[in-house]
Amino acid sequence: MFENLSEKLQRVFKNLRGEGKLTAENMESALREIRVALLEADVHFRVVKQLIENIKQKAMGEEVLTALSPSQQVVKIVHEELIKILGSHQSKLRFANEPPTVIFIVGLQGSGKTTTTGKLARWLSKNGHSPLMVSVDVYRPAAREQLSVIGRELKLPVYEGTPGETTPADLARGARKEATNTGRDVVLIDTAGRLHIDEDLMKELQELKGLLSPTEILFVADAMTGQDAVKSADEFHKRLGITGVILTKMDGDARGGAALSIRTVTNQPLKFVGVGEKFDAIEPFHPDRVASRILGMGDVLSIIEKVEEQIDQKKAEEMQRKLLENEFTLEDFRDQIRQLRKLGPLESILSMMPQVGILKDLKNVKVDEKEITRVVAIIDSMTPQERANHMIINGSRRRRIARGSGTTVQEVNQLLKQYAQMRKMMKSFSGGFLGKRLGKMKLPDILGQRL
Amino acid sequence: MIQTLFGSVPTQPSLLERLKSGVQRTRQGLVSQLETVLAGRKEIDAELLEELEYTLISADIGVRTTTEVLEIIRQRVDRKLVGDAGELRQLIQNHLIEVLQATERPLPRVTTPPAVVMVVGVNGTGKTTTIGKLARLYREEGRSVLLCAADTFRAAAIEQLEIWGQRTSTEVIRQKPGADPSAVLFDAIQAGKSRKIDYVIADTAGRLHTKSNLMAELEKMRRTASRLIPGAPHEVLLVMDATTGQNGLEQARRFTETSGVTGIVLTKLDGTAKGGVVIPIARELNLPIRYVGVGEKPEDLLPFEPEKFVASLFEA
Repeated sequence: MFENLSEKLQRVFKNLRGEGKLTAENMESALREIRVALLEADVHFRVVKQLIENIKQKAMGEEVLTALSPSQQVVKIVHEELIKILGSHQSKLRFANEPPTVIFIVGLQGSGKTTTTGKLARWLSKNGHSPLMVSVDVYRPAAREQLSVIGRELKLPVYEGTPGETTPADLARGARKEATNTGRDVVLIDTAGRLHIDEDLMKELQELKGLLSPTEILFVADAMTGQDAVKSADEFHKRLGITGVILTKMDGDARGGAALSIRTVTNQPLKFVGVGEKFDAIEPFHPDRVASRILGMGDVLSIIEKVEEQIDQKKAEEMQRKLLENEFTLEDFRDQIRQLRKLGPLESILSMMPQVGILKDLKNVKVDEKEITRVVAIIDSMTPQERANHMIINGSRRRRIARGSGTTVQEVNQLLKQYAQMRKMMKSFSGGFLGKRLGKMKLPDILGQRL
Repeated sequence: MIQTLFGSVPTQPSLLERLKSGVQRTRQGLVSQLETVLAGRKEIDAELLEELEYTLISADIGVRTTTEVLEIIRQRVDRKLVGDAGELRQLIQNHLIEVLQATERPLPRVTTPPAVVMVVGVNGTGKTTTIGKLARLYREEGRSVLLCAADTFRAAAIEQLEIWGQRTSTEVIRQKPGADPSAVLFDAIQAGKSRKIDYVIADTAGRLHTKSNLMAELEKMRRTASRLIPGAPHEVLLVMDATTGQNGLEQARRFTETSGVTGIVLTKLDGTAKGGVVIPIARELNLPIRYVGVGEKPEDLLPFEPEKFVASLFEA
């Protein structure tokens, strides 16, 4: 589904490409697709409407930058607009002047409050704090047990309460007292999941807030949430005055459009994102990354930056020429791999790629870094003549190369076959759109071969 | 009638009432919005269609489905088949019922018990709670049930299931946290066979559908079940949270690919979320919705019936 979406966006931008500047007409069709993309990303429709309006104004007023194609310019505008909403800088946790700082973790059922409480406790303790956790979820079966297990695993204290402390208020007060007595500076209060329309339970939270005056009330929201995110976040905010948002389950493939909705409706900052089941899988929130993700762009901007930083422009042009003239040698092939590796681990580069067009298949490519090392070794074991002209590599040369690189003749054969295929493929690419775009990036050419 | 793996049993009359109250919020939301849209307007104009689009999208039905529904309406309007705004509602309703009805299929008959039911889904959708409710439902029908604590990953997941076991007087087969889920399932099915239990319901750890290693674990569980009982698992229920947005479709797709989902349980319908993503799921994956969860009590699980569901969405 998301792939199709990104393709749609890509198509619009492709349509816009070649047209000298942004006009009312081409902007209309781009905006329509952006609107669909945002809605499919679960951004609330009213938020989308407002966004589209802003983008339109911006785009029409924008001076045409010669450095950017219209499509790039539209992406830039949309991206900037999203970042503007999401918050342009990271928002840090606040602490009380007089410890202990009380932090409430609130949210709907199943959003990930207890796991997040554990992650936050770990994060706090890594950052020089000494947290105490307490679960005041007296409703869900084994909820308090769950936090205790997490505490044991993290070797961080969880306030278990005395047998007499049976209500959330008792437990929370008990925990705060315990923190004061034992010199803990942060009390993390894991509250029961509740529906925002559950009058009794919402009242309970309000009372808890009155009793403990928390410094932070963090609303935990599932990144997969749809249009309803607005209603729940709004209600929690109205009743409690939340001070921040934590977006969980961002390690999945949900676009996380709910982040925009929640941010818009509460005007409170997103502080953290949960990115996995392990307790270290929590990161400070980066508005730009989430903006890219909502757009389904992958972290293209970072890739482009990285590529620009690492790849010698002259060399790239030379490579382009060679591709076009089919002079692409094994030596060039090796250079290309080396340049690529400068960008970092392939897995992380692939994860930043947009899932669009022919790049879509890359998502499922299992990259074996060792195999790439092997390929380089094979090419290293060739003579300069062999690298320049692969046609001369006969059986005995293959055996020598295999021995020299510590591989097998089969592996050498395979590499040569892939290289031949690649030359062929690149030749057909180099004429058209892909050649211009991808040839410049130097990434998929190699990866597409499933080394 | 409630369809079960062993045939149909009559339902208590209160079920319809409960279904109605369960979807009341959904209905109220959609109906009141629709009525705002439809009331006092006879003519169908572009503005009305746009408002309808927003209404459907806000129910998480998704842009594509919404667009197609509205396209049908546009065509009828063009052909002058729809006279006024009032008929629009009927058209939308009919279309959605058709979509949901197309997925209906009878449950597989299990001739030699136990029937193995696997419950899967992403984290936090309410799998364990749903299992507790399912156990109660089957027990009410006079069936014997064994629960299998195959979520050996999440902290205190086993304890949570055990509490549900106590609540519904159902035995739970468990191992230590961190045990191989397939091994727990093996034990549970063996126990079910030797004790001639009707249903073995397996809880599984919540997992994001993008984690291929965890999805492979579900495949292994399936293989384990089918080795012990040919045809098992007889039912694989994907538990989906009604607040889920468009990602639900991808969830359903991936879980179906790896664990052979046979039906969906839509939970948390007692909130304000509409759960409209089941419509695109029904359209694209042809997956029936078996039950809806409407609260935290053991009895808050109701059979899903397309006509009633859609009717409740649209009828006042």
